[in-house]
Amino acid sequence: MAILEVKNVGKRFGGLQALGDVNLNVEENTCHAIIGPNGAGKSTLLNCLVGKLIPDTGSVMFDGQSVLGRKPYEINQMGISRVFQTPEIFSDLTVMENMLIPCFAKRDGAFRMHAIGSIEKDQDIVGKAEQMLIDMNLIDKREMQSSSMSRGDKRRLEIAMCLAQEPRLLLLDEPTAGMARADTNNTIDLLKQIKDERDITIAIIEHDMHVVFSLSDRITVLAQGTPLVEDTPDKIKGHPKVREAYLGESQDAA
Amino acid sequence: MDAIILQFLNGLDKGSAYALIALGLTLIFGTLGVVNFAHGALFMIGAFCSVTVQRILTLSSESLSATEKDFLGNPLKIKTPYVENWFGPEVGAALIDWSVPLAIVFAIPVMLLVGFIMERGLIKHFYKRPHADQILVTFGLAIVLQEVIKYFYGANPLPTPAPSVFVGSFDFGPLLGLDTSLAYPYWRLVYFAFSAAIIGAVFAFLQFTTFGMVVRAGMADRETVGLLGIDIDRRFTIMFGIAAAVAGLAGVMYAPINSPNYHMGMDFLVLSFVVVVVGGMGSLPGAVLAGFMLGILESLASMNEIKNILPGIDQIIIYVVAIIILLTRPRGLMGRKGVMEE
Amino acid sequence: MFGLNKRDAGLLLVVAGLALFAPFLLNPFPTDSAMAQFNAGYPDLMQRFVIFGVFAVGFNLLFGLTGYLSFGHAAFLGIGSYSAVWMFKLLGYNILPGMILSVVVSAVFALMIGYISLRRSGIYFSILTLAFAQMLFAIAYSDLIGRFFGTPITNGETGLQVYTSDPQFFHSENLPDIPHIFGQKMQSTYTLDVGAWSFDFNFGYYFCALILIAAFYLAIRIFRSPFGLMLRAVKSNQQRMNYTGLNTRPYTLAVFVISGMYAGLAGGLMASMDPLAGAERMQWTASGEVVLMTILGGAGTLIGPILGAGFIKYFENIFAKINDNVLHSWFSFMPDGLENLMVALVHPFVGKGWHLTLGLLFMLVVIFLPGGLVEGGQRIAQRLRGKKAAEKATDTSKTPAE
Repeated sequence: MAILEVKNVGKRFGGLQALGDVNLNVEENTCHAIIGPNGAGKSTLLNCLVGKLIPDTGSVMFDGQSVLGRKPYEINQMGISRVFQTPEIFSDLTVMENMLIPCFAKRDGAFRMHAIGSIEKDQDIVGKAEQMLIDMNLIDKREMQSSSMSRGDKRRLEIAMCLAQEPRLLLLDEPTAGMARADTNNTIDLLKQIKDERDITIAIIEHDMHVVFSLSDRITVLAQGTPLVEDTPDKIKGHPKVREAYLGESQDAA
Repeated sequence: MDAIILQFLNGLDKGSAYALIALGLTLIFGTLGVVNFAHGALFMIGAFCSVTVQRILTLSSESLSATEKDFLGNPLKIKTPYVENWFGPEVGAALIDWSVPLAIVFAIPVMLLVGFIMERGLIKHFYKRPHADQILVTFGLAIVLQEVIKYFYGANPLPTPAPSVFVGSFDFGPLLGLDTSLAYPYWRLVYFAFSAAIIGAVFAFLQFTTFGMVVRAGMADRETVGLLGIDIDRRFTIMFGIAAAVAGLAGVMYAPINSPNYHMGMDFLVLSFVVVVVGGMGSLPGAVLAGFMLGILESLASMNEIKNILPGIDQIIIYVVAIIILLTRPRGLMGRKGVMEE
Repeated sequence: MFGLNKRDAGLLLVVAGLALFAPFLLNPFPTDSAMAQFNAGYPDLMQRFVIFGVFAVGFNLLFGLTGYLSFGHAAFLGIGSYSAVWMFKLLGYNILPGMILSVVVSAVFALMIGYISLRRSGIYFSILTLAFAQMLFAIAYSDLIGRFFGTPITNGETGLQVYTSDPQFFHSENLPDIPHIFGQKMQSTYTLDVGAWSFDFNFGYYFCALILIAAFYLAIRIFRSPFGLMLRAVKSNQQRMNYTGLNTRPYTLAVFVISGMYAGLAGGLMASMDPLAGAERMQWTASGEVVLMTILGGAGTLIGPILGAGFIKYFENIFAKINDNVLHSWFSFMPDGLENLMVALVHPFVGKGWHLTLGLLFMLVVIFLPGGLVEGGQRIAQRLRGKKAAEKATDTSKTPAE
């Protein structure tokens, strides 16, 4: 069953048709990659899914409910978490504090006035956050201020924060952009592990073909705001249209 | 009816002052991304340029009168301004009489210098700091400038008369075909014309010079302009100086309308912020439009007929209008999308 | 202790100690000595210390935690004062109803102002709060509201005060004609003479001090609560907040209202010490003052605002007393010429020049010491502890504690 259904979505900025007529189904518990050259509309599409942009036409259904017109925090509470291109974390706070926030958000919802209680005494939340840090190999950095971590660790923390919310759909926006090779490989391993161990659907936007082919079950190729083809990684690799439009050039270059 | 016209006219010069200060604030904000809480102090320094020039011109030598004696029989001390000694009594007296317009010549370099020093010495270091820090440090600077002026000039307002040619009023009554007279002080007309000229000059400068074009491009998209290899920082420093000069000149000519005092800057600043926000942050035409609009509104609301029913409404109405506009048009009258949205 | 960890409990004890022993601490010099002018243990001055402490602690909850810089917080101070004086006029001089009403009314106003202002952040928010406060100031100053009721509500320029013709419903013969709690007068003072020293113990001061301690305790709890964590998250990254399923608006509005209630409480206390309320209490200069106090002491730290409030109020009082005679006596050891030069150099910064010093000090703090006096203290402590300990201290200084 498709957990995310994108139907006839179009978005126009002034004279620029950023998205033409996008149809896309993401099946539950798969990893679906969206690739395409620069300016293909990948980020616009992603922003339409999380409530940052509202498409001019079409519909976006998550688990049978429309996400259109909802605010980002409402869509998140429905079960969609997003990882940003540059890690968005609470850089003034410690790693542990970063981890506590999504745990509270999962349990207490979008707002709860909890002004007198002590965090330390909230064993459920603290335990859950600690467990997550252990799972993600961040426990030794627990009291570190998150801004002083390496880029790879920041990415790891951001993913951990998203997972702490137990989302049904995890959206990744170029998760390895600007990373060194070693960090990229670590991130791939981490994502593979997440995919195998958890009941989670992943949608990923990525430039790096290595990342795309090592993770995804299905790939949609976007060009000039419309999907070109959608298929399994093996078929995409050999697809003449894709080679011509996109892959051919980059593989030759590599 | 005539009272309304008169208040409308009165509103023009208060509006001019708001518009000029708001224009400078917008230039600084649009180019440097800094909210300058010390901008009112620049207006105030301008007004004190008038006071200073007047004081310099009236510096006098003392001599003993040969003929006149005081009541004790001693020769009377006569003060003669040096300018009268140097240029003769008539030219000297005329210079003193015209000290406020002459102060413009004095104020331009002073204000440019103050602007450059402020930008290079202080504001520059705050571009990358949070907005709250920028507000705080310029707020601190405003207090310091205000206290320095207070130290040198005292706390009392200092009357600074306009040239005697402009003493008196122009009667708009006959001109508008009214039976009653509609006296409007000449100096206020001068002030309005002067402000209009400055506003025009700033817009022409931004519109027709290469420098202005770069600045406008920088206001729209700083990074892209930076990529073109244009030294945008230096231009912005000059722009800060110009904004300071605009505020200063607004102050110079305002001195005869309201006797300069050390806290006049802050009084104007608070309202100028409201003007900027109502006009739409980052919009130069918006700042001018809102400046005149709110100035006239304030003036109309201060009519006795209205004040008798609603005391203090002239001070209140501006804020009420500002809040209503911001609720209905969050970007202000002419604000662009994307300016200070976060 | 009281649900606090050791460090916070220690901090609370320090504040409680400072507040309770202030009459001794602030009067270190014998009454007749030349240094007596630097004593600050007078009831009305001490009351101001703690009342502004409450105000600044509340302001810091908003600014220190969320980074939203309100430039109109004095509006709530004034509203608190007016509410309290109205209770005196209607019910009588017992201050408790006044205190309650001042908190409630300022909460209502904070809810309205915050609801609108918090639609925007950054500079817009600062200017909106400034505009609201100036509007309320203008309304109070002209008593526009009173026009509609046919009776003065704020009493314009004169200020609101209690007249003998007021109803004072619960007033009776045996109750005092000045603010009191169940007959115990606010201004009653017991003076203790010990040798050359004399110490004033004022009932009103101790009442305010207890409220400060309670307010500070509550602030610590809020800082350490999940709510406080969310507020720091708002300051750090609103985008991540939204994409973590958290609605930032109710969080900021809630803390804005709490902060407004603190200011209202401070205003109510002011009126309880001196049953007057004037519009100037709401002017932007008063809002600027609490900003100065909080930043100077250390925004976002727990004890900073209290230190800042005490620091500014103390030096405001002391500096005002330093005139040229005092300066000459300080520099009298120097040769005459040099003495005069020194006096001339220092003169602009003391006496009436206090605001100049304050402005300069404030700028220096913003530029070089964004953490205020607390950060300064920490840096000195680091120096003293040596380098190795210093590295450890850097880590702890980043958690918003102390």
